Amino acid sequence: MQVVRSADEEQTREIGRILGRIVGPGTVIALSGELGAGKTVLAQGLAEGLGVKGPVSSPSFVIMNVYRGRCDVYHFDFYRLQNAEELEELGLEEYYYSEGVTIIEWSNKFAETLPPERLQIELVRDDRDPENARFLYFKAGSAVGALFEKIVEELKKRCLC
Amino acid sequence: MPGKSLILGLETSCDDTAAAVVLNGRSVLSNVVSSQDSFHRRFGGVVPEIASRRHLEIIGPVIDEALGKAGVNFADLDGIAASHGPGLVGSLLVGVSTAKALAFSLDLPLAAVNHLEGHIYANFLTGATISFPVLCLVVSGGHTSLLYMEGHGSIELLGITRDDAAGEVFDKVARTLQLGFPGGPLIDRLAQQGEAGSFYFPRALMSEEGGLDFSFSGVKTAVLNCVLREKEAGKPIKNADIAAAFQDAVVDVLVEKSFLAARKRKTRHFLLAGGVAANTELRRRLRRKMQEEGVEVICPPVELCTDNAAMIASAGYFYLRQGRTASWDLNAVPDLRF
Repeated sequence: MQVVRSADEEQTREIGRILGRIVGPGTVIALSGELGAGKTVLAQGLAEGLGVKGPVSSPSFVIMNVYRGRCDVYHFDFYRLQNAEELEELGLEEYYYSEGVTIIEWSNKFAETLPPERLQIELVRDDRDPENARFLYFKAGSAVGALFEKIVEELKKRCLC
Repeated sequence: MPGKSLILGLETSCDDTAAAVVLNGRSVLSNVVSSQDSFHRRFGGVVPEIASRRHLEIIGPVIDEALGKAGVNFADLDGIAASHGPGLVGSLLVGVSTAKALAFSLDLPLAAVNHLEGHIYANFLTGATISFPVLCLVVSGGHTSLLYMEGHGSIELLGITRDDAAGEVFDKVARTLQLGFPGGPLIDRLAQQGEAGSFYFPRALMSEEGGLDFSFSGVKTAVLNCVLREKEAGKPIKNADIAAAFQDAVVDVLVEKSFLAARKRKTRHFLLAGGVAANTELRRRLRRKMQEEGVEVICPPVELCTDNAAMIASAGYFYLRQGRTASWDLNAVPDLRF
């Protein structure tokens, strides 16, 4: 586990960009955090880092958006989903094991359905500056350990952790 | 096509399974939508019928009901239309495949309609006379787009949300205020009892560089922060005031951007569409503001604002009249743009 503090929305987006430049095809990135924690902002940065041009909007209502960057980017949101069967019906697993990068907001709602080999990022308000600052808790499955180390190294280089 | 043309429309891009029969692109003979708010409310939230299997199970009965209510048979139809994107691929495929199968077996022309363009056509079902070019604001839970339409089939995207859709923030703010579902109408009603000036929430991208794009994630977070602050201070949460101030901020942006668009592109008519088009404050203020530019605002009734198949049938009629038939290899396009 690794903790990173983001001072504001712009820094959260920048952290996303850094990650987006590092992660490769087949990576599953599971985001969690309360309403307004910055999940979509982080996802926007990620998409930008992955080379997506144009706006990346919240998929809360449409449930999924597809973008093309260096590889396909699948942007999911479990916000509206009520049960795990709906996920199964959506055929999500096909995306997890595809050549694209999958980003999932509100992933904690159905954590048990996620592949173990994922990058997990939880965004939590920093009580000292709850309107702007966030802690980002990074966790990763063992098979993505090398990727995880690379991310931590990159964030350290920029004095983010 | 001869004087009387009946189109069966299908819509399965997201939650709803819908079928409708429309005469000559302008008269709704039937409009059947599978999911109703009353159903959602029982479960305390949105129950998405995103499961394509669910669409598959009920599309047959929904079509039967649409034909029955219209008092027509398959043999009376002159064309089939379905939305083929944007949306969820599994859901879209149910409508697209059904439409293809029907058109092929009945030997009818097939129209593939862009779901967002379909929303615009809800206005053609109001009986209003609409003269091109027109501007249109599609504002719903999933979309916030400003469009310019020169004529049938000629659409230009002028602005789009860069983060949350307007309807989405209505839902999320309603949840924050623990108002329940659906958030849009609840906030609309509550706001009428509140004082919009009690709080101030940000209006994003209002400067020149924002162009005609929208951003609503900031206002959502600002409301959230406001509620947290009030709680922290031990103050009672004034839901009505917060709802009024929040709605004021969102409506301000929607009206101002629409007005900017109307200044740049001269049109006689401005069309509203999408679920948020049902918001009374938006309708009232948009009408008033557009009067300054001499532009008439047209709004569909609520049941045609939200996702439905009548709008798809109407769009399909105009597509087919222009000879824009889809081929048999038609596919669902989840990221369909203009």
